[in-house]
Amino acid sequence: MTMEQKTYEVGAHPDLEPPITTVGVIGWVRANLVSTPFNAILTIVSLYLIYISVVPFIEWAFIDAIWEGSSDAVCRNENGGPKPVACWVYIDVWFKFIMYGRYPVEELWRINLAYIIALAAAVPLFIPGFKYKHWIGVFLLFVYPVIAYFLFVGDSFGLPQVETPLWGGMFLTLVIAISGIVASLPIGIVLALGRRSDMPIVKAICIGFIEFWRGIPLITVLFMSSVMFPLFMPEGMNFDKLIRALIGVMLFSSAYMAEVVRGGLQAIPKGQYEAAQSLGLSYWKMMGLIILPQALKLVIPGIVNTFIGLFKDTTLVLIIGLFDLLGAVQATFTNPKWGGFHTTGYVFAAFVFWVFCFSMSRYSQHLEKKLHTGH
Amino acid sequence: MAAETKHAAMPAKPPIWNDPRYRAIFFQILVLGAVIGGSVYLVNNTITNLEKRGIASGFGFLERTAGFSISLSLIEYSEEMSYGRAFLVSVINTIMISVIGVFFATILGFIVGIARLSSNWLISKIAAVYIEILRNIPLLLQIFFWYFAMLGALPGPKQSVVVFDLFFLNKRGMYSPKPIFEDGFSLIVIAFILAVVAVIFVARWARKRQDETGEQFHTVYVSLGILAGLPLVAAIITGFPLSWDYPALKGFNFKGGLEMIPEFVGLLIALVMYTASYIAEIVRAGIMAVSHGQTEAAYSVGLKPGPTLRLVIIPQALRVIIPPLTSQYLNLTKNSSLAAAIAYPDLVLVFAGTALMQTGQAVEIIGMTMAVYLTLSLLISGFMNWYNQKMALVER
Repeated sequence: MTMEQKTYEVGAHPDLEPPITTVGVIGWVRANLVSTPFNAILTIVSLYLIYISVVPFIEWAFIDAIWEGSSDAVCRNENGGPKPVACWVYIDVWFKFIMYGRYPVEELWRINLAYIIALAAAVPLFIPGFKYKHWIGVFLLFVYPVIAYFLFVGDSFGLPQVETPLWGGMFLTLVIAISGIVASLPIGIVLALGRRSDMPIVKAICIGFIEFWRGIPLITVLFMSSVMFPLFMPEGMNFDKLIRALIGVMLFSSAYMAEVVRGGLQAIPKGQYEAAQSLGLSYWKMMGLIILPQALKLVIPGIVNTFIGLFKDTTLVLIIGLFDLLGAVQATFTNPKWGGFHTTGYVFAAFVFWVFCFSMSRYSQHLEKKLHTGH
Repeated sequence: MAAETKHAAMPAKPPIWNDPRYRAIFFQILVLGAVIGGSVYLVNNTITNLEKRGIASGFGFLERTAGFSISLSLIEYSEEMSYGRAFLVSVINTIMISVIGVFFATILGFIVGIARLSSNWLISKIAAVYIEILRNIPLLLQIFFWYFAMLGALPGPKQSVVVFDLFFLNKRGMYSPKPIFEDGFSLIVIAFILAVVAVIFVARWARKRQDETGEQFHTVYVSLGILAGLPLVAAIITGFPLSWDYPALKGFNFKGGLEMIPEFVGLLIALVMYTASYIAEIVRAGIMAVSHGQTEAAYSVGLKPGPTLRLVIIPQALRVIIPPLTSQYLNLTKNSSLAAAIAYPDLVLVFAGTALMQTGQAVEIIGMTMAVYLTLSLLISGFMNWYNQKMALVER
């Protein structure tokens, strides 16, 4: 074929397809995977890495995994050792325990009912343009905890009492994380206001409090709450282990919350404060009506991130002997029949935590984009 | 008449309970009183409770014999030694895991962060998956996973995983060759310190000369030469006073060499991988914060890609990276306390755990434990603040 030089009149040049190597799949591969020799090598190396990690995992978790059965025997080989594959039978057998701990089976409806109320109340919050959002907020923050308390603890309204040592699993994780975050929000706001106050003594006390709790690990806080709180209390006053852990978690997370709120307060321009003052508003009216509504809106993503951190940190309560989700999984391994299925148990727990934390972090990123009104 | 006008011109003096200054003082006295009152109440309760339970107080217990053994100790320790010594051992163990963890987490974090920005789609996505998986799973769960599920599934000493016949990995831990310092090794250390001092002086001189004359000096090569050369000369003079102790399988386990207990290995892997996922995001954000115009400007004044990265991009990215990086270092140090869950002998396990159980002196022991972590936090943030100020933008 000979090269033919064609001439066209101005504007009459026919539309040509772009070269096949720059568009479509081929173009994408050339641009993103093999743009330079070095990149091509990297691509091959990473393909190999994916091959040696993903394929065995899929085989372990799905293809070779044991899905059916009712006892540990199906997951064991001839010598009684666990087979080197995922044993989902283990999850099937222990699911209730991992989700609810040792909460009595006939009372589980109480937990489920509380879940359903929370979900039903929370769904309208995500509907844009729904009118009564603040009433739902008030309900969730003030009324719901009371309902949940009476449902979970019982001992009134004809419900039998369920002692807190029986609480466990996912349920306990949610109780600790949610009550920790709900209680830490008001304390955190007060601390943040104190830290930005003009009064030197109040400021010093708030800074000292915040930096103290931020400087020590949660584990020492939990140790403190389990061994030192009983010493702090007057004679005869005895707290439940769960309440003690909750107080520790609450104090700890309120310090982090205070820093998040402070970030929001700092982002409010000075003109807002001055405008509020020039209207003659008192300090609390200025904060409550002008500053905090704007500041808290700014820090919603930060609050969600604090919640994710707290949610992950609740696993630490297993060290002081409470059975949260991870603690429940860990406890199943002490069962003589089910020892040795560590990997399956941990992968399942990791998956549950991951689903919660990943969706929350995506939600917080979404909020960040939505609330970012340009600057 | 005149008096009336004067009166009207004066601003109305508010009553004393409406004067912000007096209000502030009153309010502060109230808060201070509440805090002091609360503390006195708690201290009183504690003293009564301690007396009632017959628990001794004071720091005398630090002198008493501890009576428990510690599985890992960098300084000499035995069961006959005191609680004070056990405290020191556990503090050193905490610092050791933190320092090593920070070192590897920084390297891994930078690698993953840069990979996340790679133009290679596959590399970037692998880094993203790494970050999203690791940071959304609780650290304690990851520690358990590595310690119980992965290290626990390793073969026994006879079927160890062998790397280059030097490193052995099995159920009991990891074994590597151990350096043995013979007489005269201190001379090499002195030579190395001298070399570091010399490099600092050379760098200062080179910068001064470049400021004055514009001439560049090959500081990097000369420094490397000094750093490698001086100790080498010292080693030749003293006749290489260093030998290696290789681990060898004797009986049921390896003997000799540097032994790393599995608790250490598991905790380190988990801490490094978890913290690296956070550092990676920080590094990515830092590099993305430097606008592309900076790169273009650097190219247009004739800088090559290497110096552009070193002199233009990284110094600006570091400004964004350092503050959040500091808090990750602090987090890693505090998270190393999770060691208690898998029995790595750190401060929390040895001191706030075993020593507390034995003596019952909760107030002193928890107080000391918190004081150590607060001191470490202050030291790290102090150092990083100093470094941050050094790197900060000098504004006119």
